[in-house]
Amino acid sequence: MSRALSVYAAAALVFLHAPLVVLVLFSFNGGRFTVWEGFSLRWYQAAVSDPQLAEGLVNSLLIAVVAGVLSTVIGTLAAYGMWRRASPVLSGALYLSLVTPEIVTGVSLLALFQWAFRFLHLQLGLYTVVIAHVAFSIAYVTIVVSSRLRSYDRTLEEAAMDLGATEWGAFRRVTLPSIAPAVAAAGLLALVVSFDDYVITSLVAGVDSQTLPMVIYAMARRGVSPVVNAVSALIVVAFGAVIVVAERLQKR
Amino acid sequence: MEAVLELRAIAKEYTGHRAVDNVSLRLERGGFYCLLGPSGCGKTTTLRMVGGFEQPTSGEILLGGATVTGLRPWQRDVSTVFQNYALFPHLTALRNIEFGLRERRAADAREKALRALELVQLSAKRDSLPAQLSGGEKQRVALARSLVLEPQLLLLDEPLAALDPRLRKAMRAELKAMQRKTGITFLFVTHDQEEALSMSDKMAVMNKGRIEQFGTPEEVYLRPSTAFVAGFLGAINWFGKAGVRPEATRVAYTAPEGLPARRGTVESRLFLGNCIHVHARLAEGGQAICEVARDERQFTEGEEVWLHWHPADELRFE
Repeated sequence: MSRALSVYAAAALVFLHAPLVVLVLFSFNGGRFTVWEGFSLRWYQAAVSDPQLAEGLVNSLLIAVVAGVLSTVIGTLAAYGMWRRASPVLSGALYLSLVTPEIVTGVSLLALFQWAFRFLHLQLGLYTVVIAHVAFSIAYVTIVVSSRLRSYDRTLEEAAMDLGATEWGAFRRVTLPSIAPAVAAAGLLALVVSFDDYVITSLVAGVDSQTLPMVIYAMARRGVSPVVNAVSALIVVAFGAVIVVAERLQKR
Repeated sequence: MEAVLELRAIAKEYTGHRAVDNVSLRLERGGFYCLLGPSGCGKTTTLRMVGGFEQPTSGEILLGGATVTGLRPWQRDVSTVFQNYALFPHLTALRNIEFGLRERRAADAREKALRALELVQLSAKRDSLPAQLSGGEKQRVALARSLVLEPQLLLLDEPLAALDPRLRKAMRAELKAMQRKTGITFLFVTHDQEEALSMSDKMAVMNKGRIEQFGTPEEVYLRPSTAFVAGFLGAINWFGKAGVRPEATRVAYTAPEGLPARRGTVESRLFLGNCIHVHARLAEGGQAICEVARDERQFTEGEEVWLHWHPADELRFE
């Protein structure tokens, strides 16, 4: 029985990750096509020296960091507020934003921006991407932090207030340190979903704010270039590291 | 004597339910007081209203002669030792004790905290986190954390409930000694009548949101004002309308002369270490318990006996 289970688990793993393995393998291929022509780092060199990819990476990182920080702050406070006073309406709205198809979120954000631009003389740019990312990351942050707060003992806050701390003081000096690992994990998650996003981003990005996924997508459209493989392999490694850190934090 | 705490007809109403109903109480400075009652009687709600965690629906709370009704917990000069201790898990024992002093910007916080640790004999554990402390040690840190602030009134919410029975008994004497040493007024909430009787200078017995009796342990045990109080504080045998405590109930093979007595059959005989409890079924119906000395070798199961008592030991209620 346990042997059958291990075989099954191995098969599931292969199914999940075989595409990644092929991708990483061919990123080291000397040739351009899916025929092995020997080990080479030329696609990595090409990827590193591509100015479009570099610009996309900088944009993506900038957006991910700013949106990650903002959504972590807003999402954590939202989770805290809903923990203090349960609100079925708010938590319902939160789950709704989580299950809304990305294309719907993207189109509705675009509609909102264009409506706002009628009053404000602005145009799509990096900041609209940041706003959009904050909007959809909040739900992720709130859900991670809420699940930690569910097991958090409310009397700790009462004890803090009893000892002279105001509500804000109790939150800052007792509750926040206790939930800090979950907040950090939520922040990393927000970072990843922001970096990862294509659909919403492509709708609300300006011409000068191409993110890395957008650049890669455009390249892939022009034909499978092994440069895409190399970039993707690097992203997988970087994200893997972030996920490991987030997991560790959440277990604390 | 000056009142440190005065409750004037406080009530707490939740939708369709009066948790605390018109409670008035006056505590004098420097005493050890207990609030005793079964779970759900409103004792914890009363304590939480004094601490400022709940607001009374009506009535007034005075602390040191000044009204504190409506003030938030951090604005009141009282401190609470919580049932689960509520130690801050990310802070060491010393840091936990310093917490309140730092919130109040006390000048010599570190020094005072160290002295408080010494008072509860935990100097060796100053750098331990709560997770590394035993139940009894956590309890002491919680106590020190509150005492170090020298509040007018210390509230203790069933602080011994989570300890094992042996430690619980040892902590009774320790708590009482601590109260005497610091001179701070203690208000101790418990559902354990033995705890209340052994520690209190005066105790209030609560039932269904009301205080049924407030008095010294002797008064409350020997002259309970209601049948509820009598029954809650210890076993009681009911002979018609008269209640008699097991230790005042005698058992004999012959009816004594000139004393009230009932016929019964011995059902069981329980050896309790320091005494023996003889359980008897009464001929008229019902049960009675008699406490007899350990060296009594008689009264075994099935024997016909007479239960009798002195009229002076009868407890009667309307």
